[in-house]
Amino acid sequence: MSTEPRNGPDALLVVDGLRKTYPLPGRGRLTAADDVSFSVAPGGSLGIVGESGSGKTTVARMLVGLVRPDAGTVTVDGRPRSPRPPRRRQARLARAREVQMVFQDPYISLDPRLTAAQCLRTTLRLHGRDEATAVRLLERVGLGEREADARPRQLSGGQRQRLAIARALAVQPRVLVLDEAVAALDVSIQAQILQLLDTIRRDTGVALVFVSHDLAVVQHVTDDVLVMHRGSVVEQGPTQRVLAEPAHDYTRLLLAAVPREGWDPEGAVPARA
Amino acid sequence: MAVRIARRLAGFLATLLAASFVIFAAVYAAPGDPAVFLAGGRDKLTPERLATVRAQYHLDEPLVVQYGRWLGDCLHFDLGRSFKYGDQVADLITARLGTTLELVAYATVLFVVLGVGAGILAAVRQSTWVDSAVVGGTTLAASVPSFVAAIALVSLFGVQLGWFPVTGSGRGFAGTLHHLTLPALSLALGALALISRVTRQAMAEAAASDHVEAARASGVPEREIVRRHVLRNALGPIITMCGLVMAGMLAGTVVVETAFGISGIGSLLVGAINTHDFPVAQAVLLLMVAGYIAVTTLVDLLHPLLDPRVKQEARTA
Repeated sequence: MSTEPRNGPDALLVVDGLRKTYPLPGRGRLTAADDVSFSVAPGGSLGIVGESGSGKTTVARMLVGLVRPDAGTVTVDGRPRSPRPPRRRQARLARAREVQMVFQDPYISLDPRLTAAQCLRTTLRLHGRDEATAVRLLERVGLGEREADARPRQLSGGQRQRLAIARALAVQPRVLVLDEAVAALDVSIQAQILQLLDTIRRDTGVALVFVSHDLAVVQHVTDDVLVMHRGSVVEQGPTQRVLAEPAHDYTRLLLAAVPREGWDPEGAVPARA
Repeated sequence: MAVRIARRLAGFLATLLAASFVIFAAVYAAPGDPAVFLAGGRDKLTPERLATVRAQYHLDEPLVVQYGRWLGDCLHFDLGRSFKYGDQVADLITARLGTTLELVAYATVLFVVLGVGAGILAAVRQSTWVDSAVVGGTTLAASVPSFVAAIALVSLFGVQLGWFPVTGSGRGFAGTLHHLTLPALSLALGALALISRVTRQAMAEAAASDHVEAARASGVPEREIVRRHVLRNALGPIITMCGLVMAGMLAGTVVVETAFGISGIGSLLVGAINTHDFPVAQAVLLLMVAGYIAVTTLVDLLHPLLDPRVKQEARTA
């Protein structure tokens, strides 16, 4: 563990000691996440990396409030997030404006019945924003008039993910959590979406939490990175440093598994053992 | 859409034609000779008398010719005369059809409201005691045959509590409703398990989609998530199943009508079969099949209105 979370007054998102366990069939409990702490500055970008089952998606869902943590707190702008959606409308909408999420699979994360424009207008109306903003939001993510009247099944994977991003932005969140948001897309589309996210971050000042198993992706879009292994944080710090001089064996292992020039898959396999 | 409806209609007519032949042939092949009945029983029956009756009712012609004659008459809305009553079959049916339709409509309202309601409840409270209670209760209800349910309902609500009449079909709207409550309930009970299970399953599938989580994360109230995102996307299978069950009920009122002494087309059919009343049996069966196909066709046509996805497929197909 190299850097402690910077709990300074400048931090937008502060996560402290998050823990989640699930009951296993029979006896015992699976610890999906244990003592996860980090912070993100306004407009900052944090990557959470780890292999499948390392607990990164659980952390992402706890940030958004879809999974209730056993212990720990999530604080946005100094206000702790309630573990379950509040009953009162204003409080619920305010909570939604803190954190929004873009899901991994754009094929199931959009309501199949709604066209792109309807999807955005529903969210805009809910949050009391001008419904005409929908067109600008679509433009913002690179979708035109033709896509506005299309339903998800008529859109490509990349277009769907752009729509999912636009839907999240319609809420005007302070933090945007992306759970493997480009994993289902092919490489050239991945690059476009990453570019788009970077532009949005610079223009709107939204903070990004980027959950991914792909170190190459994280390297491009994040300032800081958090490496998770079996539910625990094994290393965290500035992305460039962690990737250049990994301090933990598991980080080195993840790096060895990234295909690159002169990469030998044979070398990555013994490194795991 | 017009092409779709035309294609559906053609399919409807073709099925009806095939069904009509099967019905005619089945009644024709049924044991017993209607000519004996028409001639007034076996006593003093001479072969000459039998032959006269056969010729009079065209029973001496080959099956296909008889079928052709019957079909031709049907197309002119002439369903023939009842062997037993001597009345026009169409009159017999219209006199009794209303009651059966009221019974089926009432039962449909009951099983849709209670079944879909229970299914929604089970889906929203999934893996809690409410869910288990709904599944257990409806399974129990489904495992009881409708005539047993009828007897139980009669003895409890009719005899012990005296809330509802146990026989007849009543007069006026309120009277009909009062009289048909117990029959409709015993008819609907068996459908509850199926409808609530389909509703629960379809909703669980729709709720597992990430877009429901996305709606939740964007601050949509839970009640609206269930209504707009979960139930709305689950409606397809629910409506289909409700249509099929309702269509099946059109042909399944016999037992309940007998148990409650209601004179609907179910009891008409049973009587007709027992007395070899060919024209009545054929007409009632044909009506039941037509009703079944009509309801299922209607449900198919309704689908695109519910689900824009189906509409697109229909357009591109």
